[in-house]
Amino acid sequence: MCAKRLILLGLIFIQGCSMTPWVKPYERAHLADPIMNFNRDPVSSSYIHHVYDAREGARGAGIATGGGCGCN
Amino acid sequence: MRAKVLVEPESLQAVAVAVIRSLRSIFLWLLLCSLPLQATVLPEDRADLLYHSYDGGGAEISGPSLLVRKKFSEKASATFNHYVDNVSSASIDVITTASPYTEQREENSVSVDYLNEKTLLSVGYGQSSEDDFEASTMSVNIAQDMFGDLTTLSLGYAQGDNTVRRNGDSSFARDVVARNYRLSLSQVISKDFLMALALETMTDEGFLNNPYRQVRYINPLNLTRGYDYQEEIYPNTRTSHAFALRGRYYLPQRAALHGGYRYFTDTWGIQAHTWELGYTLPYKEDWLFEFNYRYYDQTRADFYADLFQSADEFIFLARDKELSTFTTQTFGLGASYEFRKNGSGFLKRGNINLHYDFIRFDYADFRDLTVSSAVGEEPLYSFDAAVIRFFVSIWF
Repeated sequence: MCAKRLILLGLIFIQGCSMTPWVKPYERAHLADPIMNFNRDPVSSSYIHHVYDAREGARGAGIATGGGCGCN
Repeated sequence: MRAKVLVEPESLQAVAVAVIRSLRSIFLWLLLCSLPLQATVLPEDRADLLYHSYDGGGAEISGPSLLVRKKFSEKASATFNHYVDNVSSASIDVITTASPYTEQREENSVSVDYLNEKTLLSVGYGQSSEDDFEASTMSVNIAQDMFGDLTTLSLGYAQGDNTVRRNGDSSFARDVVARNYRLSLSQVISKDFLMALALETMTDEGFLNNPYRQVRYINPLNLTRGYDYQEEIYPNTRTSHAFALRGRYYLPQRAALHGGYRYFTDTWGIQAHTWELGYTLPYKEDWLFEFNYRYYDQTRADFYADLFQSADEFIFLARDKELSTFTTQTFGLGASYEFRKNGSGFLKRGNINLHYDFIRFDYADFRDLTVSSAVGEEPLYSFDAAVIRFFVSIWF
């Protein structure tokens, strides 16, 4: 039963990779604007995160560089 | 045999207009498809030179940072970062239990990004060194676009191998291994709304103390102060989890609103919440202004106390204010001026940026020992810090 669910999930996942996007490429002008970038200036955001990491007990789950932030 | 179709001149004009409109739509579509939006793409070729300055609580830290990114093929690019901290510290920890000091920390890192269709693989290595701390970190990250490029899933692993030393004691050297496991997901919600989720687990093993910091405990035999100091003792392991959710919304008239929340917890008993809100506003053609507010609060570590009741009261002892109960509030302002827009030749465009952040730290169970008072009744400590980031970026 578990294996069947996994296969089903896998099929949905693979199907999803080829799905028709609900936001069409020609509708993404706003998303492509630099002001919508989570990490527009990496050298600057990296520094300010360093400031907080050094002075606060919490860390992690910041803006990633190299992918995963929807902006690279 | 083909049939000949006779067309009226008015109809020909209508067809021509329709074709031109279609071509315009196709061109616009192709232009938008080529924009570096959510799809996984190689980082742009750029260079950033930053001057940073932190001034607060008796500590002054400043220095440069240089970042250069360059593609060296259609599928690969390299990034180099050089970072320097010049530290001059007379913080409350330093003036109550040690002497003011100056030191320099240098960090160099390189990374390579390799793009294969919708997959971006990144591998990095960095080294940092200062008088009493050396660190080397390797990282690997893989990002995959899916669901019609509306979703980017990213998995990352980083490992740091660090050595802690103690100035004035050449025989002192302790190791720390830090491992980070990260999963992040960015999602296009609508044509104006982006969200990003990040989960990260961090494990640290080894000597996690600051080798200089001390805790204080009540000692009635000390007639001048009423307390004495002993070295901190931390557990040798720490496992931390962080979860963050962030969003960016495009407002009419070209402006952006962004917000985020992060929850943090660890095996030392610290729980923290971080809230962020910001507004980005372009002005005329070349200016960009930013306003940010950030609120952070955390609970103390289980083994933290401002004043212990006796020496060796517990197995683990800490009086590091970063492990105490406190809040920070940040008010930030930023301005950016873009020059040489749509430039040709080597320099495509550039901008000059200035950011100023005012940070207020308020401690709930860390006391200011520079003020004479009855033991354990000194005023609670608080301080303000000013953070400046001035940088020039060019795209080439």
